Amino acid sequence: MSVAEAPPEQAQEQPDERLAGSHRTARILRRPEVGAAAGAIAVFAFFALTTDSFVKASGASTWILTSSTFGIMAVAVALLMIGGEFDLSAGAMWGTTGLMTGILMTQWNVNVWLAILASLVLALGIGALNGILVVRTGLPSFIVTLGTFFVLQGVNLAVTKLIINQVSVTGLNNVDGYTAGQQLFGSFVQIDIGTTLTLYAATFWWIAVTAIATWVLLRTKVGNWIFAVGGALTSARQVGVPVVATKVGLFMTTAFAGWLVGMLSLFKTTTVQSTTGVGQEFIFIICAVVGGCLLTGGYGSAIGAALGALIYGMVSQGIVYEGWDSNWTYAFLGVMLLGAVLVNNWVKNRAEAVR
Amino acid sequence: MTTQGSHAAKQPAASAPADGAVGGAAEVAGMPASGSPALPPPGTPIIEVRDIGKSYGSVIALRDVTTSVRAGEVTCVLGDNGAGKSTFIKILAGAHEHTHGEFLVDGIARHMSTPRAALALGIATVYQDLAVVPLMPVWRNFFLGSEPTKGWGPFSRLDIPLMKKTTKTELKAMGIDLRDVDQPIGTLSGGERQCVAIARAVFFGARVLILDEPTAALGVRQSGVVLKYIAKARDRGLGVVFITHNPHHAYPVGDRFMLLRRGRSMGDFPKGEMTLDELVSMMAGGSELEQLSHELSRSLGEDSAVAKEMAAEVHHP
Repeated sequence: MSVAEAPPEQAQEQPDERLAGSHRTARILRRPEVGAAAGAIAVFAFFALTTDSFVKASGASTWILTSSTFGIMAVAVALLMIGGEFDLSAGAMWGTTGLMTGILMTQWNVNVWLAILASLVLALGIGALNGILVVRTGLPSFIVTLGTFFVLQGVNLAVTKLIINQVSVTGLNNVDGYTAGQQLFGSFVQIDIGTTLTLYAATFWWIAVTAIATWVLLRTKVGNWIFAVGGALTSARQVGVPVVATKVGLFMTTAFAGWLVGMLSLFKTTTVQSTTGVGQEFIFIICAVVGGCLLTGGYGSAIGAALGALIYGMVSQGIVYEGWDSNWTYAFLGVMLLGAVLVNNWVKNRAEAVR
Repeated sequence: MTTQGSHAAKQPAASAPADGAVGGAAEVAGMPASGSPALPPPGTPIIEVRDIGKSYGSVIALRDVTTSVRAGEVTCVLGDNGAGKSTFIKILAGAHEHTHGEFLVDGIARHMSTPRAALALGIATVYQDLAVVPLMPVWRNFFLGSEPTKGWGPFSRLDIPLMKKTTKTELKAMGIDLRDVDQPIGTLSGGERQCVAIARAVFFGARVLILDEPTAALGVRQSGVVLKYIAKARDRGLGVVFITHNPHHAYPVGDRFMLLRRGRSMGDFPKGEMTLDELVSMMAGGSELEQLSHELSRSLGEDSAVAKEMAAEVHHP
């Protein structure tokens, strides 16, 4: 048997030349973020046509900010979901880090960078703990992080009340060093196009986070490992992927995103509630799923999750501009989630089917 | 995102396969990619085991197994379920250390306690589940865990053109011509996936390939495809250990047959000393079958259809 000889049964499977064009289109359509992109365009068109303020620069500033904040979290949660895990404590982390930095600065006049660094260390520590608990015990991350979530929720309220006798940190703008932190996390640029478009720091962070996450996912070893640990854990381990480090790193990444969002909202609003972020954890997951992430792991995209957050931001503000009851947002999210799950499932089955 | 940079340092072999790899089959066979010892000329024993055995406490899982794996030859390990095949592979693969006998690689006695140690000596195992991630593209799977990168520090990135090209050439050298290495590996047939796993092991410097029941879950045609790849790996000068319970799959490609039953070796035969019929009847356990036939005819009566069939089977295997 000569090495160069092609086996006969392969010959029949050669692609028809005429199929080449449609194959390329099909490949683009199979990208995980296509559904979210189409959805975002549809949602934008709908609110742009039915309300006045939605496309005005001043109106757009609001939904761009909401999308940015949720987008940062959604992208990190998407990476974690591709790696096959969930993090329900991501929302509470937003509050925890904001509260910690806020209290350190207002109560004890701690240097702003030190206070920011302290909450970062705490966040990464909790993220690592989540990851190690999940990897070492083999328990579902849903349960482990549900535990962390409740602990954080309780601690946020109890410790805040214990230290400052109220449930929210205020008056951050009167503290020395606030302006320095505000430069990095709370500043904004204004562009005058008829009305004023205000872009906050959060938006630039969102773009940066999405770009870095996409690059890591598609162009680096670590990205390869993330897909592998989420897609087939045993196989990944057998070929030498550092499974533990990858998963723990992912949990630390979501915690990092929680910290980033905590800082962004703290330095923008100068105040933080003990309940900040609680109840948002599912919205991050919904954004990621709408963006094409499979709930079972191993498939998804960072850009998709960013688009999912964009849809969420547009809908939550668009409904307000329409003058509807804002509670409809949740009903809409539910419908969108179900739709996305069905589409993703179909895509996955097609991807796995023998062509 | 900064947290992820920390575990980038691993797999020293990562960039090594980049060098002489793309040149095709001949070059790879002569120059193993990951730095394991070179392939000896065909017929030279790479692995020899002498009266090897393994006991777990007081339980003896395997004893007195003697055979050899030679470059450019296929050694078939045959046995029924529970015969000790998996214990034997685990010893060869470095997953378990043997407790008795001698295990020689290139004539040097070894005690290997980790799969990594076996890999370093060029002994690679392709397990039944193939260690592939179904949703990932073929080229990503091919290099998973040993990705070649270019660039420095935080900017180090996958060398995607090299990865795709190498995957395509290596698979072609094994006789499988993929339209598109970008398709998820889950879309390939069972035989093709097996081939990717074999090609991957060969590319990363395997001199001995251990295949754990590669045909067990496959239909007739797909099994044929896999047997062809085994032959191809053998023709490239590798030593192959083919574990199976099907003598019809083993005989056409095998050069040497080692039969296991109840943790003991029933002998190690070169192909010249054994016909397919003998192999089948040994596998079926000739004398045991005769006894079963007697028992059946006693309990069911000489004239029962089952007993007659059985007797015919024993006398004309």
